[in-house]
Amino acid sequence: MANATIENVKKSFGDVEVLHGISCDIRDGEFIVILGPSGCGKSTLLRLIAGLEKITSGTIKIEERVVNDLEPADRDIAMVFQNYALYPHMTVFNNMAYGLKIRKMTKEEIRNRVHKAAEILELSELLNRKPRQLSGGQRQRVAMGRCIVREPKLFLFDEPLSNLDAKLRVQMRLEIRRLHQSLNITSIYVTHDQVEAMTLADRLIVMDKGFAGQIGTPLEVYEKPANKFVAGFIGSPAMNFFDAEMAGDGKSIRLSSGEGLQLSGEGVTETAEKTVTVGIRPEHFVICDENKAQIHLRTDLVEKLGADTLVHGYFKDNGDALTLRLNGIQHFDRNNLLPMWVAPENVHVFNQQSGDRLN
Amino acid sequence: MVRNQPWLTFITHLIILLGILVLIFPIYVTFVASTHTLETILSVPMPMLPGNELINNYLTVLTAGSNSVGVSVGRMMINSLIMALGIAFGKIVISLIAAYALVYFRFRFRLFFFWLIFITLMLPVEVRILPTYEVVAKMGLLNSYTGLILPLIASATATFLFRQFFMSIPNELCEAARVDGAGPIRFFIDIVLPMSRTSIAALFVILFIYGWNQYLWPLLITTDEQFYTMLIGIKRMLDVGEGQVEWQLVMASTMLAIIPPVIVVVQMQKQFIQGLTETEK
Amino acid sequence: MEKQRVVFNNKVLPYMLLAPQVAITLVFFIWPASQSLFLSVLQQDPFGLSSTFVWFDNFSTIFTDEIYRKSLGTTAIFSLLVTLASMSVALLLAVLANRVLFTGRVYKTLIIWPYAVATMVAGVLWYFLFNPTAGIISHLLKSMNYDWNHGLYEGQAFFLVVFASVWRQVSYNFIFFLAGLQSIPPSLIEASAIDGASPFRRFWTIVFPLLSPTSFFLIVVNVVYAFFDTFGVVDAITGGGPNHATDIMVFKVYHDGFKGLDYGGSAAQSVILMGVVILLTIIQFRYIERKVHY
Repeated sequence: MANATIENVKKSFGDVEVLHGISCDIRDGEFIVILGPSGCGKSTLLRLIAGLEKITSGTIKIEERVVNDLEPADRDIAMVFQNYALYPHMTVFNNMAYGLKIRKMTKEEIRNRVHKAAEILELSELLNRKPRQLSGGQRQRVAMGRCIVREPKLFLFDEPLSNLDAKLRVQMRLEIRRLHQSLNITSIYVTHDQVEAMTLADRLIVMDKGFAGQIGTPLEVYEKPANKFVAGFIGSPAMNFFDAEMAGDGKSIRLSSGEGLQLSGEGVTETAEKTVTVGIRPEHFVICDENKAQIHLRTDLVEKLGADTLVHGYFKDNGDALTLRLNGIQHFDRNNLLPMWVAPENVHVFNQQSGDRLN
Repeated sequence: MVRNQPWLTFITHLIILLGILVLIFPIYVTFVASTHTLETILSVPMPMLPGNELINNYLTVLTAGSNSVGVSVGRMMINSLIMALGIAFGKIVISLIAAYALVYFRFRFRLFFFWLIFITLMLPVEVRILPTYEVVAKMGLLNSYTGLILPLIASATATFLFRQFFMSIPNELCEAARVDGAGPIRFFIDIVLPMSRTSIAALFVILFIYGWNQYLWPLLITTDEQFYTMLIGIKRMLDVGEGQVEWQLVMASTMLAIIPPVIVVVQMQKQFIQGLTETEK
Repeated sequence: MEKQRVVFNNKVLPYMLLAPQVAITLVFFIWPASQSLFLSVLQQDPFGLSSTFVWFDNFSTIFTDEIYRKSLGTTAIFSLLVTLASMSVALLLAVLANRVLFTGRVYKTLIIWPYAVATMVAGVLWYFLFNPTAGIISHLLKSMNYDWNHGLYEGQAFFLVVFASVWRQVSYNFIFFLAGLQSIPPSLIEASAIDGASPFRRFWTIVFPLLSPTSFFLIVVNVVYAFFDTFGVVDAITGGGPNHATDIMVFKVYHDGFKGLDYGGSAAQSVILMGVVILLTIIQFRYIERKVHY
C-alpha cells in the first residue's frame, strides 16, 4: 500500500512524443482508471509506471521514492497483462510462486502466500494445472494471483478484461472491485471500456492524444466533462453536439431555429465567442407538454432496446441530428414533432475551437 | 472423400503398395544378404530368403570388422554416434544462445552479425571443402572428434528456426518475467528454454540424422581408421581394388548404418515431420 | 511494421552469447570461402611451394576443359531428372495416400523412412542390386538378354545414379506434398465435386494450383539436393565414371582437389558452385521473403 506521484511525465519514441506531460497524485489505496481510445498513450503511461519503458522526462515516485531508473522488479509493483502472460509450461502454483522464488523467499513462506492468494481467488483446486487447462476467467484470476502473492505497493492492470466475453467481463469486474475493497492496494487500471472505468474507478484519468483530458471522479467526469473530447467519450450513446449562439448575458443559448435553452448558475461568464458548441446527453432530454417545451425534435428512426428506447431525429427547422434515450418502451411515429425540455445543469457549453468547457 | 469409387480406391492402394515395395525392396535384399555366407551371395542368383549366418556376420562386423578395414564396425558406430550427437547438441546449443542474443538484445553491429550468420545458409560444406580442410589441418584437427564435429555445427538453419520461434513468444511474457524480477539469463533458463522443448526435439531429430549421415566431410579428414564413421567404413570395405568385396559383411554394416536413424525417424515421426517442415531444410 | 520487441539492456551478454556461432562461422565458413575465392585466381605448383597470380586463367582453363563442360551438362541433366522424377513420384504417392485417410497413416510411416538413409548408403544398396557380378537385378536383366554393366556403359551408370538419388529423395518430397494437401480445405474439393468435376479434373484445376507454393519450394530444395547431397551416391556407385558420365560438379571439385591436387582448378570450380548456391538461395529467399522480413 502506498501513494504514488506522477510529475510532468513525457515519453518519446524516436522523434515522436506520445505523452506530453502527465501529472497526477495517487493516494494510498486509491483505484485509478486510465481511460481513453486506442493510441491515446494510456498503456504507455502504465508501462512507464511499471518501468517496462524508460521515461523521457519527468518524475515517477512510489511512496516518496523516485523510481525513474529502477528496474520493474525493484519498484515493488505487480502487473496484470492484457493476455495474462502466464508462463505456459508452469503450473498455476509455479506461475504464482515464480516471482517469490526469484526473491529467494523460503519455501514455507511461498507456499503460505500462494495458498492464501489461491483461496481468495478460488483457485485452490487448480494449483496443479497448466494455464492451457484453464478457462479465460480462471487464467485471469491466476494472473491476479501472481500479483497478490507479491504483496506489492502498486497494482497495475493493462486492459485485463479485454480478452474475456461480455458475461465474464461483468463478473470479473465485480471480482476486481471486491478484491480491491478487501486488500485495499493502490491500483492503476488501464482500459478503453467506459463501463469498467465508471464502475471501478475512485478517480479517472481520461486521456486523449497523449494529454490527460480530465482527472476526476467518475461522477465529475460524467456531470462536468472538462472538454468536448471527454464529454463525447464518456456516455453511451455519445453526447449530442450542435452549434448555438450565446444569449442573455451568457445565461442561455439560442439555436438557429430560434428556440433556446437555459444554463445553470452563472452560465458562461467570460467568453468572446458568440458561437459555441453545445452538448446534451441523450438521456437528459425530457419529453413534456407543448406549453413547457423549450425545443422540438422531428422524429426519424426509433430503436426499441427493451429497457429503453432510442429516438433518432433532427431539431425542428435545423439539420442537426439528435439522439434521445428514453426509459422503457415508447412508440413514436416517424416525422412527429416532439416538444422537449432540458434541465439547465445538463446543458454543456464548449469553446468551438479548443473544445474547452465554458460553463 | 467426396464419392466412393471402389475401383479408384483399389488402384490407389495398389500404386501405393507398389511404391512402398520399391522403397523397401533394396533394404530387404540387403538384410537377406547380411544373413548368408559370401559364397551363397555370389552363387547367382542369390536366395531371396534369410539364411543362417545372421548372428555370425553381425558379430564379426561388430567385433572384428572386415579384412580390408582394421577397425570394428562397433567402433565405427560409436564414432558415428559421437559425431551425430555432437553435431545435434552443438548446433542446438550454439543456435539457441545466438538466436536469443539476436532477438532479446539490441546492441551495436547486431545487423552485421545477423547477416554474417545467415550468409552461411548459402554455403554448404561441399562448396568450400578444400580450404575448410586446410583450416582444419592447420589446426591439427584431422582425425579427431573435434575436427569431425566443429566445422559442421555452425549452420544458420537452426539459428533461423529458433529466432522465428522466439519472435513468436509474446512480449508480455518477457515483461511479466521482468516484473517478477528475472534477468536475461534467468528468463532464458526458466521460461524460454522450457517453452522451446518441442522445437528442440524436432530439431534434434533432423540434426541427428544429418550428423549420422555425413559423408564427404569425414571422408576427407579421417585417415586414421580409429576415427572412421559407419559410412566411411562401408566405403573402405567396398574399395578392395581387384579383390573380392566381402558382401555379407558390407551388407551387415549397411544394415547397422541404416537402423539407428530409421528408428529415430519412425519413433519420433511427429517431431521429425515438424522439424522438417519448420526448418524447410 | 513489426511490433517493437521487449529487450534486455545488457552491454556484454549478447556478444558472449553470439561468440561461439560467430567464431565458428568465421573460422570454418567465411575464411575458407574467401580462401576459395583467393585460390581460384592463383596457380600453384604441384608441390605447393609457390603460387602465382593468374587472374581468371583457372576459370578459362576449366571452361575450355572438355571434361568440365561435360560435367556441367551432366549436372544439369542429372539435377533436372532427379528433381522431376522424385517430385512426380512423391506427388503421386501423396495424392493417393491423402485419399485413403485411415490406412494413409501406416503408408506414411512406410514411405518416409528412407529419408533417414544416407545418400551414400542409398548408393550402396542399389549398387549391390545392380552389381554386374552378384546383383539380383543385373542377373535378372541378363536372363532377359539385356547386358547390364554400369561400370562400362555410360547410360546405365547415369540411370543408376539418378535412380538411387530419386529413391532417397521421394520421402522428403512426399512429406511436404502430403502436408500441402492436408492444408487444402475439404470444402474446396467438395464444392468442385458438387460442380460435377471428376477426380482427375478436381486435381488439375483445384489441388495442383493450390500446391504450387509447396512445389516451388521443393524445386529449389531438390535442385540443391541434386547438386550437393548426391555426392555420396556418385562416390558409392560410379566414382564419376565411366568416361565421366556421372561426374557431377560437386564430385569433380572433390576429385580434382583431393585426388588430382589441382588446387587452383578445384577452387575455381568451388567458386562456380558457390555462385550456383547463392543464386538458388536468393530464389529461395524471394519465395520465403515474407518470413525473412527483418
